[in-house]
Amino acid sequence: MLAAFPRLRAILLRVAQAIPVVIGVVVISFLLTRALPGDPAVYFAGVAADEASIEETRVAMGLDRPLPVQFVHYVGDLMRGDLGQSLSSGRPVATDLANRLPASLELTLTALILAVVIAVPLGVLAATRPGTWVDHLCRVVVTAGVSLPTFFTGILLIYIFYYILGIAPSPLGRLDFIYLSPDHVTGFYLIDAALMGDWETWRGAAKQLILPAATLALFTLAPIARMTRAAMLTALSSDFIRTARAAGLSNRAVLYRYAFRNALLPVVTTLGMVFSFALGANVLVEKVFAWPGIGSYAVEALVVSDYAAVQGFVLAMALLFVALNLVIDLLYTAIDPRIGFDAQ
Amino acid sequence: MTDQTSRRSFLKMGAAGASMLPFLRALPAAAQGNDTLVVVTGATINSLDLHRTGTSRASYQVGINCYDRLLTFGTKEVPGNGLSYDYTVVEPELAESWTESDDGMTLTFKLKPNATFWDGRKVTAADVKWSFDRAVSVGGFPSVQMKAGGLVRPDQFIAEDDETFVIKLDRPSKLTIPDLAVPVPYIINSVEALANATEDDPWALDYLHTTPAGSGAYKVARWNPGEQLVYERNDAWVGGPLPAAKRVVIREVPSPATRRALIERGDVQVAFNIPDKDAAELAETLDVFSTPVENCIHCLCPNFSFEPFQDPDVRKAIAYAVPYEDIFQAAAFGRGLPLWGGSEEITDIAWPRKTQYFTDLDKAKAHMAKSGYADGFDVPLSISLDLASWMEPTALLVQEALGKIGINVTIEKIPGANWRTAVLVEKRLPLHLENFGGWLNTPDYYFFWAYKDGHLFNSSNYRNEEIEALVDATLHMPMDDPEYAPQIKRMFEIALDELPRIPLYQPALNVATNGAEGYEFWFHRQLDARVLKAV
Repeated sequence: MLAAFPRLRAILLRVAQAIPVVIGVVVISFLLTRALPGDPAVYFAGVAADEASIEETRVAMGLDRPLPVQFVHYVGDLMRGDLGQSLSSGRPVATDLANRLPASLELTLTALILAVVIAVPLGVLAATRPGTWVDHLCRVVVTAGVSLPTFFTGILLIYIFYYILGIAPSPLGRLDFIYLSPDHVTGFYLIDAALMGDWETWRGAAKQLILPAATLALFTLAPIARMTRAAMLTALSSDFIRTARAAGLSNRAVLYRYAFRNALLPVVTTLGMVFSFALGANVLVEKVFAWPGIGSYAVEALVVSDYAAVQGFVLAMALLFVALNLVIDLLYTAIDPRIGFDAQ
Repeated sequence: MTDQTSRRSFLKMGAAGASMLPFLRALPAAAQGNDTLVVVTGATINSLDLHRTGTSRASYQVGINCYDRLLTFGTKEVPGNGLSYDYTVVEPELAESWTESDDGMTLTFKLKPNATFWDGRKVTAADVKWSFDRAVSVGGFPSVQMKAGGLVRPDQFIAEDDETFVIKLDRPSKLTIPDLAVPVPYIINSVEALANATEDDPWALDYLHTTPAGSGAYKVARWNPGEQLVYERNDAWVGGPLPAAKRVVIREVPSPATRRALIERGDVQVAFNIPDKDAAELAETLDVFSTPVENCIHCLCPNFSFEPFQDPDVRKAIAYAVPYEDIFQAAAFGRGLPLWGGSEEITDIAWPRKTQYFTDLDKAKAHMAKSGYADGFDVPLSISLDLASWMEPTALLVQEALGKIGINVTIEKIPGANWRTAVLVEKRLPLHLENFGGWLNTPDYYFFWAYKDGHLFNSSNYRNEEIEALVDATLHMPMDDPEYAPQIKRMFEIALDELPRIPLYQPALNVATNGAEGYEFWFHRQLDARVLKAV
């Protein structure tokens, strides 16, 4: 029956191919966290703990058992969908991830949309008018975006728009304290607030989002603009464009129907890379804007050797990347029908 | 109580009324008045139950603001630095009065008859007993802290009747009463807790972790770990004067730069535990309290297991080579108290005290020449990356200074997760920085943890038979005992001559306020929201 739906079959095949990857991630993340230097029992036993209370903590955490036994327990829990209990946040890792992953995704996606809206037209314009002021502007923006570290841009934006001008809201995370977070449906505040029809909270959440998203966008738009410009330049200088022009097609048609569409493939690839990179790497933005995201969660967990939290984070990211790669592959086939799943 | 708290139940809990909009409109205006205070801090509250394994230090404030103890400490003025708790004055909180038997072995507490838990049930001696049993039974930090006051086993605690609670001690100790006023022995609503306990979890650790059940001044209205904690006043509180602020919002903001911008703009009223640098710079424009942390010393520790440091002249040479003033300015920005350049003669029992050492390279070189290591040696100086803000500048200055007397120092940075294991448990770092502070403010208590052989904070592997005997003798002795002061002075004399720990300075806890008053320093270094008032 599946043969009748080649695309569905291909998707299922890709998902099946991801299974060994996920198993590998589970094993490696387990071993790597255990290989971390540092003794979580000592850390979590507290400031004035003595030998006996450290030992009690170790037993309570199950760390006195041999590694294989710990691993079997871990995998058994995973099978039941239990990612374990984070010691640093004191809650189930699954709950933490469910709260924090949407926060990071909301920020990263907003930033990425912002970046694409600016970077793609900028790259196209720079490619069609090389050497003009647009091209120079593109170069300046790209250089600035890459060379300014995000925490610096973040603090600078806070300084200008919050501290001096006073037009940005207090950088206090996802919502100012006067609002209540909307009921948890997707975890995306903008979507949840819209679902409840609570536009007051929606505006509050949107306002909080502007500065961090702008900071992250400034950082991510550089590779996108760069890649768009380069891909457009390659496409515009290729034979089929010359042919199209010779055939007397309008400039618009040449540019958008033929050149841009062909240039889109590397841009989408870059987009996927930038997205996965930004999701893990926006720790600094999260810290500066008190954003309760997944990056700072993972770093804090790592610092205190919070095994369950680190493993949960790695696993969640692995699954996310598997899904992301799948989506990008699907996008490829949508953009360029020549690329089929069968060919891969 | 966490993410399950719906908007509706929160509004029911709060005084805001039935709909969303009035709450929204009323609150900013109220914040200008005296209803709501916003506090920013960099630390994470990861549990609402201090007795649980893995509860972070920042979470101790829930134990303070939401629960009552039998006793509390009084308040005193710190010249130039606002208010501080007063170790010498013990006041009742849930107890109405207490008596001590003549032999000091039995303490009898009368509970306040009108004290109630948040659910309206009267606080009884049975609740006190259950809470104390819990603190000594769950193990880990709470049990260790209880032990410091001689509270070890459940059979020491007796609920005589509803309002009378008795503690039987194995020996009288001056530390017992103060130990009842630290955050650990707080009183839990045992009926509510037991209703939510299970066979695997007889002390309701899972339930109280997210749902406090106390009688304290504030209830937790909302808790989003990693984001915020909202306190809502308990109007029926009898443990002390009713707090002025109806609602206190604790917001977690990891970046110090952001915290600084918020407090400067006045959008938040309190910035808790700000870096020394910000405290020094903000002191001109805002109210900044930099209270020296009692019984806490930042030390440079030469480890006796490293052979050159067994030579007393080497240790003295280091003590004379350290650039104290430069360290105090570079690492602490002058916040805190200097601990060098005092007199050698010990006339009082105040601790921390100024040592007889000061920066004098000639003396340092003379001691080096006298020692068995006149040609110098190589040693790593270890610091924790988590505490880099003071340890890094200090280490660099020490490195430079010791280079001048022939000790070639390399700086070793240890990740926060490994630090405790390396420095306190394995005690394997030849030369390192350390910052123990004792909750109970007596010198013998500090010495018990930091100078006794094998004890956790004695990271120098120091052992001196006389110190061992002196600490054992003074630890439980009343401070007005005629034997006490001479023995303490002798302890100081030995420790400062032998120098297993070279005191650098006494650090400060920095708090900036902008639109709030009444801030009070506590030994536990957490925010007591009960005394804050908006202005």
